[in-house]
Amino acid sequence: MDMQKLYLLVPLAPLLGAMIAGLFCRIISRPLAHTVTIAGVATAFLASILIFQDVLAGNTFNGTVYHWMTSGDYSFEVGFLIDQLTVTMMLVVTFVSLMVHIYTIGYMQDDPGYNRFFSYISLFTFAMLMLVMSNNFMQLFFGWEAVGLVSYLLIGFWYTRPTAIVANMKAFLVNRVGDFGFILGIGLVLAHFGSLDYKTVFSQAAALADVLVPIVPGVEWGTVSLMSATCILLFIGAMGKSAQVPLHVWLPDSMEGPTPISALIHAATMVTAGIFMVARMSPLFELSETALSFVIIIGSITALFMGFLGIIQNDIKRVVAYSTLSQLGYMTVALGASAYSIAIFHLMTHAFFKALLFLGAGAVIIGMHHDQDIRNMGGLRKYMPITWMTSLVGSLALIGTPFFSGFYSKDSIIEAVALSNVFGSGFAYFAVMAGVFITAFYSFRMFFLVFHGKERFGKHESSHGTHSHDGDHDDEEVSPDHHHGLGPGEKPHEPPLVVTLPLILLAIPSLFIGYFAVEPMLFGGYFDGAVFINSHIHPAIEEMGKEFHGAVAMALHSFSTPVFFLAVSGVVTAWVFYLKCPNIPAAIKSVFDPLYKVLENKYYFDEFNERIIAGGARLLGKGLWRGGDAGVIDGVIVGGSVRVVEIFSLLAKLLQSGHIYHYAFSMIFGVCALLSFWLLRA
Amino acid sequence: MSEMPLLSLAIWVPILAGLVVLTSGAERNASLARKFALIGAGIGFLVTIPLYTGFDVSTPTMQFVELMPWIPRFNINYHLGVDGISVLFIILNSFITFIVVVAGWKVINFRVAQYNAGFLIMSGFLNGIFASLDGMLFYVFFEASLIPLYLIIGVWGGPNRVYAAFKFFLFTLLGSLLFLIALIYLYFVSGNSFSILEWHQLPMALDAQKWVFLAFMVAFAVKVPMWPVHTWLPDAHVEAPTGGSIVLAAIALKLGAYGFLRFSLPIAPDASHEFSGLLIGLSLIAVVYIGLVALVQQDMKKLVAYSSIAHMGFVTLGFFMFSPLALEGAIVQMVSHGFVAGAMFFCIGVMYDRVHSRQIADYGGVVNTMPKFAAFFMLFAMANAGLPATSGFVGEFMVILASVKFNFWVAFTAASTMILGAAYTLWMYKRVVFGDVGNHHVAELSDISAREFFVLALLAVGALGMGVYPYPFTEVLHSSVNELLRHVAVSKIL
Repeated sequence: MDMQKLYLLVPLAPLLGAMIAGLFCRIISRPLAHTVTIAGVATAFLASILIFQDVLAGNTFNGTVYHWMTSGDYSFEVGFLIDQLTVTMMLVVTFVSLMVHIYTIGYMQDDPGYNRFFSYISLFTFAMLMLVMSNNFMQLFFGWEAVGLVSYLLIGFWYTRPTAIVANMKAFLVNRVGDFGFILGIGLVLAHFGSLDYKTVFSQAAALADVLVPIVPGVEWGTVSLMSATCILLFIGAMGKSAQVPLHVWLPDSMEGPTPISALIHAATMVTAGIFMVARMSPLFELSETALSFVIIIGSITALFMGFLGIIQNDIKRVVAYSTLSQLGYMTVALGASAYSIAIFHLMTHAFFKALLFLGAGAVIIGMHHDQDIRNMGGLRKYMPITWMTSLVGSLALIGTPFFSGFYSKDSIIEAVALSNVFGSGFAYFAVMAGVFITAFYSFRMFFLVFHGKERFGKHESSHGTHSHDGDHDDEEVSPDHHHGLGPGEKPHEPPLVVTLPLILLAIPSLFIGYFAVEPMLFGGYFDGAVFINSHIHPAIEEMGKEFHGAVAMALHSFSTPVFFLAVSGVVTAWVFYLKCPNIPAAIKSVFDPLYKVLENKYYFDEFNERIIAGGARLLGKGLWRGGDAGVIDGVIVGGSVRVVEIFSLLAKLLQSGHIYHYAFSMIFGVCALLSFWLLRA
Repeated sequence: MSEMPLLSLAIWVPILAGLVVLTSGAERNASLARKFALIGAGIGFLVTIPLYTGFDVSTPTMQFVELMPWIPRFNINYHLGVDGISVLFIILNSFITFIVVVAGWKVINFRVAQYNAGFLIMSGFLNGIFASLDGMLFYVFFEASLIPLYLIIGVWGGPNRVYAAFKFFLFTLLGSLLFLIALIYLYFVSGNSFSILEWHQLPMALDAQKWVFLAFMVAFAVKVPMWPVHTWLPDAHVEAPTGGSIVLAAIALKLGAYGFLRFSLPIAPDASHEFSGLLIGLSLIAVVYIGLVALVQQDMKKLVAYSSIAHMGFVTLGFFMFSPLALEGAIVQMVSHGFVAGAMFFCIGVMYDRVHSRQIADYGGVVNTMPKFAAFFMLFAMANAGLPATSGFVGEFMVILASVKFNFWVAFTAASTMILGAAYTLWMYKRVVFGDVGNHHVAELSDISAREFFVLALLAVGALGMGVYPYPFTEVLHSSVNELLRHVAVSKIL
C-alpha cells in the first residue's frame, strides 16, 4: 500500500469512528458504537506498526496533505512529518488508546453516556495523532487545543457533578494560560523564521542563534536572546499541557473524569504532549542555555514537590495523579538536561506502566463499587488477584526496580542529570534522587493500603461519617450513584475479562519494553535526525553511551547504587508505616501538623488562583463595568451630554410660555435695548 | 464576466421581496408572508453565489461594475462594484438574511409580514452599502439600513426598547453627521466627485487628511463599536428580538469596520499611519477591558454582546498594523464573527423562546433536557473562544501572529483573549448548560425542533468549514488586500 495513504489512515480511522459513534449516538446500539471506534483505533495501531517498520527501514516522510491558507508571504499547511520520534508516539498513543477502548467496554457498561464516551476517546485519539504527526506549528497548535477540548469534554463527562464541571473548566483555562505563551512563541517563530514549517525553521535555527530581540523598545539593555524567548514561551505551553508547576493545578482535579480517560489522557498521552513538543523542538532548545535551565528547574520543582503531595492523598486516583505530575517532572528534567531521547523513552515506559496503574485503580474502583478512598480498602489481593499482580508490576516499574521498564528510563534520567552541566542541574539531581524515595514510598503506601493488610471495606456507612471530616472534600460532593461503596458484608470481585485483559496487555510492556528498548533508543542512534543534541556543550548522553555495556549490566550495576537503596528504603518505610506499625503516620502527622496543613492544601496554589487571580479578574471586570461603562461613559459622557441638551431645552422652554404679555414685554424690552444700543453708539 | 447586473439583483431582489411580503399585510396571511419571505431570502442568497463563482481573484480592480447617473446635478452616480473584501460580506449578509427568516418562522407571531419585510429590505440596503462605489450612494444606504433596524428593535423588541433605540440614535447621530460633512468636503476638494475610487487617488495635505480621518473614525468607531463608544451595543442587543441581534452582530457591526477599509485607510493613508497608535490602543482596550467586563455579565445576551466588542477589537487591531497577514486576519475575523456571534445569539434565542429569560441564573443543567442543543451550543461556544478548526481561531491566530511581528507587547496584550475569551464563554456555558437540572423551567425544556436544527447546522457548517479550510475565504482577499496596503503605503501628502 502507498505509504502516504497509510499515514492518512492513522488519524482518519479514529476520526471516522468518533463521528459515527458521536453523530449517531442516539441511534446506534452500544455494541456498534464500541465496535466502530475500536475498529478505528485498531486500524490506526496496525497502520502505525507498518509505518514503524517502514521508518526502521529508513523511510521518513515530510509532506503536505492540504493547503490550509496563504496570507502575505506566509503559507499555512496541514501536513505530516513521519520520523522515529513521530512513529514512537504514534505507537504509544494508538496502543494505549486501544487498551483503554477495550477496557471502557467493561468500565462504562452501566453508564447512559456509553456511546458518547467512545466517541470522545476516539476523537481524542485523532487529535493526539494530528498533534504528534504534524510537520508544522499551526497543526501542532490545532492538535494541542483539540486534545484540550476533548480533555475538557471528558473531565466534565458526568456533567451533573458540580466538582466535575468546575474541574473541566479549570483544566481548560489553565491550559489556555499555557497556550497564551505558546501562541506568542509560535508568533516569534513566524516573525523571525518566516515560516511555521518545522524543517524550514530548524534549518535556520543555527543562523539565528545570536539574534537579540528588544523587549523594552529604545533601551539598549532591554533585549533578550530570540532563541531563549521563543523557547521559554513555547515551554510555557508545555507547562500547561504537561502540568508543570505552577500550571499543574488542573491535573489532580481532572480525576473527576471517568478512570479510562485518566489513564489515556491524563497519564499516558495528552499530558506528555509538552514533553514531545520540547523534544521535537530540540534544535531550538539546544541553542539556549537559559531556556534549558528554565526547563530543568521547573521540571525538578514539579518532580519533587508534587511527589510530596502524593504521600498524603487518600483518593486512589489522586495518588496516581500526583505520581503522574512527579513523573512528568522527571521527563521535563531530562529535557532540560538535553537528554531528549531519554525523556521520550521515559514518556513511553511511563505511558505503559501509568496507564496500567490507572486502569488497575479503575478495576479496584469497580471492585469497590465506586469507593475511591484507600482507607476503606485493604486486603484486596485475595479477591482481585489479576489486578493485584498487574498493579504490582506497574508499581515496581514506577519505582524503578531493576529490569523493569521504568528502571531503564528513570535511571537514565538520573544519570543524565548527574552528567549535565546546565545551570540548575545540581538542584535537579537532588530533586530526582529524593524523588526516587518519595515515589517508592507513596506507590507502596497505596499498594499496601489497597491490596494488603486488614480488610477495611464493607462498613461503608460508618466509615463515611468519619472520613468526611478528614479533609477529603471530594467525598461529600460526589453524587451518590457514582460513589456508593461496598455495603456491609459485600466483597470486592475481580472485574470481567474486558477489564483485566488490557491490564495484562499493558503489564507486558511495563515489564519488558525498557529492557529491549534501552540500547537502541538511547545509545543505538534510533533518534538520529529526529532529535538534535549539541554534543559539544551537552555531552551527557555521549558519555553515558561510553559507560553502557548492555541492559543486563546496567541493571546489575544498579544494585550497588544509592538510587536502588533509596527505592528499597521507600518501599520498606511504606511497609513499616502502613502494614507493620500503622500508628506511625498519625503520630508523624500530629508532630508536623503545620507542614501537613501545607501539603493538605497543596501549597495553597488553588487558594491563590481562586482568590487572587479569578477573584481579581471578576472584581476588575465588575469595576470596569460599573465604574467605566455605566459610571463614566454612560453616566458622565452620555448622560452629561444629554443633561447639557436638557438644560438648553429647559431655558428655551421658559421662553415659550404661551402668554401674550410675556412676548409683548420681551419685544418692548428688545426694542428698547436695540434703540439704546444704536443711540449710545452714535 | 456575467451579463446580469448581479449586484443590483443582490440589492433589489430582497427589497422587492420585502415589498411583496408587505402587501400580504394582515395577520391572517401570516403563513403566506413567511413563505414569501423565505422564497425572497432564498433567491436573494442564490443570486449572490455567482458573485463568488464568477469572481476573478487575480485582480484588485472592482468587478461586476454598474454605473448610471443618479443625480447628475451633483454628479452622484448609481455606481456599484465589488472587490475581494466586499464580495464576502454581500454573500454573508444574504446568507444571514435567509437564516434570520427561518429563525423567526415560529417565534414571531405579531406583525409577521412587517417583521420579515423589515429584514428583507434591510438586507438589500446592507448589500447596497457593501456594493456602493459612490460616496453619496453609500451614505444613503448606510443611513437607510438603520431604519429597519430601529423598527425591528422598536416594534419587536424587549420592554426597555425605547431607551435602547434612543441610545443607539444618540451615538450614531453624531457619527453620521461628521461622516456627511467629510463626504461633502471630499466632494469639493476632488472637484465635484462622489466617486470613492477617485477619492482613493486624491492627494491631500496631512492636516486635511487628519480631519477627514477623524470624522470618518467617529462615524465608524460607533458602528464597530470601539471602546469607548460601545455602550449602546449591549443595550441594543438585549432589547432586540433574536433576528435583530443576529443581523446586528453578524452584519451591522461589520459596517464600521468595512468603512475603515473603504474610506479611512485609502483616502487618508498618512493620517492612518499618524493615528494608528491611537486605534491600536483603543483596540487593545477593547480586547482586555471588554473581556473583563464580559466575564461578570449576568445576562447572556449582554455577555455575547460584550464578547462581540472584544472580537471586533481584534478586527480594528488587524487593520492598523498594515501587514497582509493582519489585515486578512481581521477580515477573516469579521466573516467568522458573522457565523459565530450570529449562532450564539440564535442559541440564546432558542432558550429565550422556551424560558423567556436571558439571565444566566435562571438556567442550569440545560444539557439534561436539550442534549442536541447543548452539543451545538458547545461548538459555537468553543468557536467563540477561538478553538482551532473553528472559524473563530483563524482570524485570531492570524492577527496575533502578525502582531508579534509588529510589536511583541501588542501581541502580548492581544493574546490575553486566549484566556479571557475562554473564561467568559466557558463560565457562562458551565452555568447555563452543565450541572443538575436547575429549576422546573429547565426540566420542562424540549430539545431543538427540526427548524432550529436546520439553522444551527447551517451555521455550524459555516463555522467549521471556515476553520478547517479557510483557503477559499482568504484566496479572494489577497489581490484586494495587497492593493489596499499599497495605497496605504504611498503618501498622499501634496
